[in-house]
Amino acid sequence: MDSSRYIATHVAGLPKSGIRDFFDIVAKLKDAISLGVGEPDFDTPWHIREAGIYALEKGRTHYTSNLGLIELRRAISKYVGDHYAVGYAPENEILITVGVSEALDLACRALINPGDLVLYHQPCYVSYHPSVTLAHGRAVPVPTYARDHFALTVEALRAAWQPGCKLLLLNLPCNPTGGTCDRAQVEAIAKFAVEKDLLILSDEIYSELTFEGVHTSIASLPGMQERTIFLHGFSKAFAMTGWRIGYACGPAPLIEAMMKVHQYSMLCASIISQEAAIEALLRGADGMKKMRDQYHRRRDFIVRRFNEIGLKCHLPRGSFYAFPEVASTGQGEREFALGLLQAQKVAMVPGTAFGAGGAGFCRACFATSYEQLIEASNRIERHVQSLAAAPR
Amino acid sequence: MNPVLKLLLEGSRLDPAQMAQILNLPDTEINRQLAELKAQRVLLGWAPVLNLSDEESGVVSAVIEVRITPERGGGFNRLAERISRFDEVESCYLMSGGYDLMVFVNGRSLQRVAAFVSEKLSTIEGVLSTATHFMLRTYKEHGFLLEGKAEETDRLKVAP
Repeated sequence: MDSSRYIATHVAGLPKSGIRDFFDIVAKLKDAISLGVGEPDFDTPWHIREAGIYALEKGRTHYTSNLGLIELRRAISKYVGDHYAVGYAPENEILITVGVSEALDLACRALINPGDLVLYHQPCYVSYHPSVTLAHGRAVPVPTYARDHFALTVEALRAAWQPGCKLLLLNLPCNPTGGTCDRAQVEAIAKFAVEKDLLILSDEIYSELTFEGVHTSIASLPGMQERTIFLHGFSKAFAMTGWRIGYACGPAPLIEAMMKVHQYSMLCASIISQEAAIEALLRGADGMKKMRDQYHRRRDFIVRRFNEIGLKCHLPRGSFYAFPEVASTGQGEREFALGLLQAQKVAMVPGTAFGAGGAGFCRACFATSYEQLIEASNRIERHVQSLAAAPR
Repeated sequence: MNPVLKLLLEGSRLDPAQMAQILNLPDTEINRQLAELKAQRVLLGWAPVLNLSDEESGVVSAVIEVRITPERGGGFNRLAERISRFDEVESCYLMSGGYDLMVFVNGRSLQRVAAFVSEKLSTIEGVLSTATHFMLRTYKEHGFLLEGKAEETDRLKVAP
């Protein structure tokens, strides 16, 4: 029997993640240096881990409210107020989710009617397009370019917009490019959203890792809180990827709609992770700053090295990703990444794993030790030199 | 802050050539900054953090609480510096609370440490009393956990 005929059409039609097959190759290679990860190299700071252990010792092993622990929602309300200049009521405007990924999925499922159009900028995180498709919406990519440091421009938005667009999905700073928008650019996007009556889903998971200038949340601009769902989590800034803990903040009716989906699917996020997240917000600032300072120095190093090697690389203002252009080697991004892996055992992810806009680029995560970064950059240099020496 | 000092404070053990690469400075400049830190007595030296078995180390360690008489003009300093000069003394701190100095001492045997305390330390004029605590087991040394295997990361090699 062909069991695959039972699979829903919209799921069967989803492409495999461009990262998956790459992962299989890298996993088989011993002593490869991987710049292909999408998470911090730091373990979660001990005081946060210890809070999780303490929660278990106290017998905190039960369901929480669907919205999440009120203590955590209060802590998030204060944190978001202090750092993003936007106020949310802990009682009905904040929902705790299983990572920011669940928050995004809930928003898509709660807001998208079949056929609704969702604008998103590209290259982007691998889940955005599928999340929209799984909610029976249609994702409309908006290109960003290296010449703009991968900032989203209103010109590109306007060119991509079409009747039927309902949502605009933002990820600033952006995985995989590290691009972000300054305040004036965010204001221009906000104005466009008002003009076209778009609701914004703003995934700001990398916002604490902004190295230049000040991160501006679109939700904080006048009149934008009512048309923005602010999505955030603990994975990147607090090095808590495996805890799967995130949150959504927004107007009460939208959070209520998302909560409906959440209560029938997930019920609540892990109470242990929620307890650890409270500790992260209350006492995690120093640890986070230490990690950010190291990412900052590593970024400066790896970006400089890429440019020295001849792989033109814009300076990512945020995140822990560099996005060098490899087209100058005469190879496509996939060919280059596979060749580098085989010849020098260094893994970078081909840019097209993040959408067609990533053609000609590779993503290099610099959340790894100085020693590994130095060695990886030396190996990449050797590989680029060998390509230049080889007859075309 | 001196950029080399910042790197040192991060705790990574980079050699000068690696520091030069990270900071985008010539090797000579790194060496100059290291020399400057030494001259300022900010960087005093390098010491490996080792996890040796009892047989390998052959060292007995003790923490000694010492009460001393402060002196007009110098307080505790003269005596503290005098005690610190002994080779047996690994570290010496002025403390608040029920005693004045906390002295970390190493010796090749329990008897040697005891002899150091009774013959050298206690007999110094101005030392009022000592209380010696021998260390039985080390769990963490200079920021490194001693128990368990070398940490092997189970991080995925490629992730979105």
